Amino acid sequence: MKQLTVAGKALTLLFVAAFLVACSSKDTKDDDAAAAAAAEAAARSAAERAAAAEANAAAGSQQRLQDAVAAVGNVFYFDYDSSNLKPQAQAALDAHIALLRTNERSVRLEGHTDERGTREYNMALGERRANTVRDYMVVNGIPSYRIETVSYGEEQPIAYGSGEANWSQNRRVELK
Amino acid sequence: MKHLTAVLLAAVVALATLNARAQLVIEITQGMDNPTAIAVVPFAWQGTGAQPEDAALVIEADLARSGQFEPVNRGDMLARPTTQQEIFYRDWRAINSEYVLIGRVSVSNQVQMRIEYELFDVNREARVLHGYEEGHVNEVRMLSHRVADEVYETLTGIPGAFATRLLYVSATRNPGGKDYYRLTLADSDGARPIVLLESREPIMAPTWSPDGKHIAYVSFETSRPAIYRQELASGAREQLTNFRGLNGAPAWSPDGNSMAMVLSKDGNPDIYIMDLRSKQLTQITRHYAIDTEPTWMPDGRSLLFTSDRGGRPQIYRYDLRTGATDRVTFEGSYNARARMAQDGRNMVMVHQSGGRFHIALHDMVTNRLQVLTSTELDESPSIAPNGSMVLYGTKSGDRGILAAVSVDGGVKFRLPAREGDVREPAWSPYLSR
Repeated sequence: MKQLTVAGKALTLLFVAAFLVACSSKDTKDDDAAAAAAAEAAARSAAERAAAAEANAAAGSQQRLQDAVAAVGNVFYFDYDSSNLKPQAQAALDAHIALLRTNERSVRLEGHTDERGTREYNMALGERRANTVRDYMVVNGIPSYRIETVSYGEEQPIAYGSGEANWSQNRRVELK
Repeated sequence: MKHLTAVLLAAVVALATLNARAQLVIEITQGMDNPTAIAVVPFAWQGTGAQPEDAALVIEADLARSGQFEPVNRGDMLARPTTQQEIFYRDWRAINSEYVLIGRVSVSNQVQMRIEYELFDVNREARVLHGYEEGHVNEVRMLSHRVADEVYETLTGIPGAFATRLLYVSATRNPGGKDYYRLTLADSDGARPIVLLESREPIMAPTWSPDGKHIAYVSFETSRPAIYRQELASGAREQLTNFRGLNGAPAWSPDGNSMAMVLSKDGNPDIYIMDLRSKQLTQITRHYAIDTEPTWMPDGRSLLFTSDRGGRPQIYRYDLRTGATDRVTFEGSYNARARMAQDGRNMVMVHQSGGRFHIALHDMVTNRLQVLTSTELDESPSIAPNGSMVLYGTKSGDRGILAAVSVDGGVKFRLPAREGDVREPAWSPYLSR
């Protein structure tokens, strides 16, 4: 909406300039020529300003989306033996989705588990987690062909030790 | 090309550069109450130069590791006979040794080694076993393991499984970066480790072909999991699968012609069987739950697998002829990754009780369950081809190590590595000579 407002203002300026030119054309021919040139210049600079403003606004907006993504990070955490998206993870994902809707980037979702349970079962659990994130992104408008999911099960821990403090860091999906 | 740089196919290289750091050291933690006392007398060395390896020491360590024998200290021996004529039973009765093993090692044509051995029963004052093993001098440890197998079978009635090999995966930690993963092949006592594959991406689920000549495993070297088959003698390998999603848990059929595996290419983890000649796939399970960890019954007629179709992971059996699926385990909320003994009766698996993961034995006939281990976070059980011992992965401190327990729970030992995390042991079948 911000972009539209700026563009709208620029358009208004353009119309004002054109109106001034139209009014001044009732004077002498010399004045007409000069006025026409002035109006043309005014219109041109208004259009340039409008385009620049729009670009600035878009860049500003893009920057804000990127800042939002940077603030939430690219790791989403899960409860033990669960592939349900937690509210915090959902909010973080929303920031990524907002940014991804402005570009065509493809992403890779890597699912991980803690060390409890067998390795192959954890491979399946890691895949479930990655799929949960993928499905949420698809529902929110990111086409599935842009999303690749891979499970690493318990093979690539962030924290090597045992106990919940370590385990909770390892139950995750990483967006890359 | 990316995967070529990520992976070092080390099959040939590693033969020369033995990685001592990955070597496993065996610590026996629990033996039988009344082990049989046996004196393994140092063998006579009849070759030239220094003896390449103390064969008697290898045999002695094998027997001790079984937990069923207590070798006599060399320092306690009153005599060191190397021929039958030199045996005086009173020398052995005096130190309560029930059996005496003697031997002679010779080498012909520089490389051909021969180990002759004789086993004596002290109480009966009789020779109960004699024979010889022959092979390349570099194989002195394997020849010694074969002697140990013969002795073990003579005294217990069960074929020995010392002349077998292990596969295992190790990871070297690299905090903040990617770990280094290795697939290693070693003798059953952890000696002579050879790195078969080294990668910056995970390696999982190593397994043996029934003839012991091929192995299969999962490698993430292409940045996705894929199943590979590798010939041990040549190092030649072949990528068997490259599907979207999971490509895991390969398990050779007893006849060697097909391989069960887990694929999620159709959206959900299911069990498939691949015909290894045509590469044709047959889908076995079709369920929205997690179906994984297939393993074959020794007769090849049915598959065991893990499924959470009942809410929690349990072991199920799929009959390949009728297509019927039955639930096998009911005790406890988590039973997974079954492996069968060759007798078709003893099944080992990961069993959760009290929040801890243990290795348990499930009797397929009586349905009785026996928890074998007291460590926690135990996983990946692999049963010896003679059904006597179970190797598994566990944690010691915060490091992954291998450990072993006898199927009656009476004997335990650990095989910690000097560094890194070790896991997913796979015990070979009996190996042909």
